[in-house]
Amino acid sequence: MESVMSSIRIKPVIPGFGLTMGFSVLYLSLLLIIPVAGLILFTLQMSWEDFWRAVSHPQVVASYKLSFLASFIGASINAVFGTLVAWVLVRYSFPGKRIIDGLVDLPFALPTAVAGIALVTLYASTGWVGQYFEPFGIRIAYSQIGVVIALTYIGLPFVVRTVQPVLADFEKELEEASAALGASRLTTIRRVIFPAILPALLTGYALAFARAVGEYGSVIFISGNLPYRTEITPLLIVAKAEQYDYHGAAAIGVVMLGAAFILLLLINGLQWWASRRG
Amino acid sequence: MTTSNTLPLISAAAVQDTPRATAEPRWVKWTLVGIALTFLTLFLILPLAVVLYGAFEAGMQVWWQAVTEPDALAAIRLTLFVLLIVVPLNAVFGVAIAWAIAKFEFRGKTILISIIDMPFAISPVVVGLIFVILLGSQGWFGPFLAEHDVRIIFAVPGIVIVILFGTLPFVARELIPLMQQQGKEEEEASLTLGASGWKTFWYVTLPNIKWGLIYGVVLCNARAMGEFGAVAIVSGRIRGETNTMPLHIEVLYNEYMFTAAFAVSSLLTGLALVTIVLKSWIEWKDERKQTSSTAR
Repeated sequence: MESVMSSIRIKPVIPGFGLTMGFSVLYLSLLLIIPVAGLILFTLQMSWEDFWRAVSHPQVVASYKLSFLASFIGASINAVFGTLVAWVLVRYSFPGKRIIDGLVDLPFALPTAVAGIALVTLYASTGWVGQYFEPFGIRIAYSQIGVVIALTYIGLPFVVRTVQPVLADFEKELEEASAALGASRLTTIRRVIFPAILPALLTGYALAFARAVGEYGSVIFISGNLPYRTEITPLLIVAKAEQYDYHGAAAIGVVMLGAAFILLLLINGLQWWASRRG
Repeated sequence: MTTSNTLPLISAAAVQDTPRATAEPRWVKWTLVGIALTFLTLFLILPLAVVLYGAFEAGMQVWWQAVTEPDALAAIRLTLFVLLIVVPLNAVFGVAIAWAIAKFEFRGKTILISIIDMPFAISPVVVGLIFVILLGSQGWFGPFLAEHDVRIIFAVPGIVIVILFGTLPFVARELIPLMQQQGKEEEEASLTLGASGWKTFWYVTLPNIKWGLIYGVVLCNARAMGEFGAVAIVSGRIRGETNTMPLHIEVLYNEYMFTAAFAVSSLLTGLALVTIVLKSWIEWKDERKQTSSTAR
């Protein structure tokens, strides 16, 4: 009698755990986990000397420097201008705002190869923008500046889209309180608003950086791919794979995979911090 | 939620009438708007304009010829074919994993969610490389595949696999937070009333997650059609056979056929713009629904 009573009171169990979990884990294992582990195992077959020679070749080291430095500069540009764009979109009204707001997602939606040929055409010495820099001796396309331009473009939506919702939800009362207590507008922005958006800003920064380090399509057209000067690391992986040097490519690939994992951990940490702050 | 959503609008209107302590002077406002618009013009609007200008500069007839030329048509067909496989598969995966994560408690959930994010962080080029190493003729499973006469690398299946990998998170990332937020009361009510699990899914869950699912599918589709780095490694660029639209654009550009490259690009640009419009529309709809439901 008692067991019947208790079984009636039990909430209905939602079905499908076995099916959905089983399918998801199988899918993730076959498509993601096993292949990524495969790359790591493949490089483990190499001797340490071979691995080190592949990842520390001067041409490869030059590409790390360019990839990481250009990604850093691009993400920094986006941190400044992305925050500004988010601020303008949330706080001000101006004609065409809705369209501009939608267009911020363009680097997500536009195929990178299309972006690549558009950027090189625009910033070449005869292009719509590049022609104004040519007289000053500044070459954008086929130089390191071009790489920065492409990586800035590709990371543009991240900071805007992480900071925008935080700014929109920001309680106006805090600003009023700050102003009522005698703080100037600039002090309020610096001491009240900026700390509130900082976790989101850093998350966007890290996302933009991570995307930029691995980016290929939008960069290779504008960079010109000059050895030691404008070759990014992903380009070297493609070049080695095309020459069937799979061990060399895999070694560099593992270095990039390591960088990606560290960035992913950092981003997760930042998001955790941001959610705790919010 | 509602008040904080409408506040910026109210304050924006107030700025124009009376200067207040919590707003910037007008000249500051317009300077900031000016800087933001200049930045966005240089990085977003001009690239868009240059594609459309390059595509139509020589006239509609040249454009039409470029996009209906056999290799271009083959690239368009291949891209559509890949989309038809990739998008439904990743949508089913997204729904399945979101169901498992949102409706049940189990250990390792956070790790599982982080694993889904991996394709966002891994360079597309590395993705391509991984599958060449595993499935290529000199790869680990190469001899086995050759024995059974299966070609994956430098063939269509390889393209499908790397695009599946690259676009795996999109639907899942949209649905997981949405379904977690919705909880499981409605499903439990439906099951208590005697509906089967599938019926509950089709008539209760699916209508609730409809817009999130469409949103995820739109993003997945956009990324899948444009995937480049990974495909560049596994496709082998066989004209008319394994060239997707982005690869075809690269080939045309490298052969100095700029007008044709921009013509094919304009098709993808059109799809990107449709994506953005759909995305904005779904967001707008969602915002309105939230406002009206809290107003009630």
